[in-house]
Amino acid sequence: METATFKVKTGLAQMLKGGVIMDVVTPEHAKIAEAAGACAVMALERVPADIRAAGGVARMSDPTVIKRIMKAVTIPVMAKCRIGHFVEAQILEALGIDYIDESEVLTPADETHHVWKHDFKVPFVCGCRNLGEALRRISEGAAMIRTKGEAGTGDVVEAVRHMRTVQDEIRKLVNMSPEELPSEAKELGAPLDLVIEIHRTGKLPVVNFAAGGVATPADAALMMQLGADGVFVGSGIFKSGNPEARAKAVVQAVTHYKDAKILAKVSQNLGEAMVGISVKQIPPEQLLAGRGW
Amino acid sequence: MKIGVLALQGAFAEHSAVLQRLGVEAVEIRLPGQLENLDGLILPGGESTSITKLMRHYALTKKLHEMAVNGFPLFGTCAGMIVLAKGISNGKIEPVGVMEIDVKRNAFGRQVDSFETDVAIPVLGRNKFHAVFIRAPLIASVGTDVEILAKLPNGTIIAARQGKLLVTAFHPELTDDPRFHQYFLDIIAGKK
Repeated sequence: METATFKVKTGLAQMLKGGVIMDVVTPEHAKIAEAAGACAVMALERVPADIRAAGGVARMSDPTVIKRIMKAVTIPVMAKCRIGHFVEAQILEALGIDYIDESEVLTPADETHHVWKHDFKVPFVCGCRNLGEALRRISEGAAMIRTKGEAGTGDVVEAVRHMRTVQDEIRKLVNMSPEELPSEAKELGAPLDLVIEIHRTGKLPVVNFAAGGVATPADAALMMQLGADGVFVGSGIFKSGNPEARAKAVVQAVTHYKDAKILAKVSQNLGEAMVGISVKQIPPEQLLAGRGW
Repeated sequence: MKIGVLALQGAFAEHSAVLQRLGVEAVEIRLPGQLENLDGLILPGGESTSITKLMRHYALTKKLHEMAVNGFPLFGTCAGMIVLAKGISNGKIEPVGVMEIDVKRNAFGRQVDSFETDVAIPVLGRNKFHAVFIRAPLIASVGTDVEILAKLPNGTIIAARQGKLLVTAFHPELTDDPRFHQYFLDIIAGKK
């Protein structure tokens, strides 16, 4: 009997597919998310929109908050550690969290290295903007990937850009002849063995969700039609006028992402969406997606 | 043969891939109207709360219950097993509830306790089956009409059959061994 194998780590991500992972800050939020049909929750002290507004250094949440949320629901609970902060990751593992998000939403603890995720029993999800970044994270042991988007904005444009970039780069690899792969691996900054695997299979070796800026059922379905395996919704639900209704609608939109009639129906009467910030109006140094190496 | 795979949430694509490898047409099912002209249906692993809520919302729970009572073959893996069970000891789940088993959700612990192991499954032949358990449920007890197909060495029941209903606590769709899916197809064909 073997635990903590790469198979069981990637396996949980496979079970989350076609689902919505929602950011929650209280046990009450977590229960609303579970009742709406979320396939997992991300336990946080503050949603990304509030982290963005508060400024300063954003760190791992207080274990008390995380433990209360773990007690409140039976679905998997994820939590965030800072990029490169392997001790925060050790603490989250000790709490029995189901997945760790090594996240650019928190202030990075290391500006050169990410956590060596192979050392952990608990699986990790990491963000990416392109294929090279995704493959570097997978080589470090990430068992799930999410495109970064721009968290806390309610603006889906970066999520789209990152998902399209990953898909375009995969298609490019598939169409290359084998002798072109080593220099492309060098170009991407990605390990050659993973580049060869993608050339052969035409897909990432782990599940890839979309994240960062999803605020409506239509946004969620857009990301699914662009090839996401599922969707993270951060501030989009609990910063909206009617979180219960919106949470349910986003879950249904991810399941029925190709059915425009159902999408039209679930998009009705959701109240105010979160107040967004256009990514174009954010000064470059305040963008979160650039964090990660 | 044409087999449906319930595609509301979870690892439905993996099941479709195994079916296609076995030369069987696989159809993704999201709405009750899509259940026509199928020879059987697979309920995949995923989150049982998400899946059962989406099933109820689109009136799939009742429809599948009726079909199962009338002998329609169903194969549930992990969350899919929970969906078919009559008794669920923990969690606010409203299942299809057609199989005489009591299950316990997340019975082995959290994700760090997820595991893989080789298990003996006599109906699949002499070679052991590599079974992957992800935050898996277990079968706590079975009714008189239920045949136990596999147990862990400590006696925990992990696979069972009742007529044309088949369940596993683990994920045969996550490995390359198609014997469990073939067994389901043989049940449908009346060979087993």
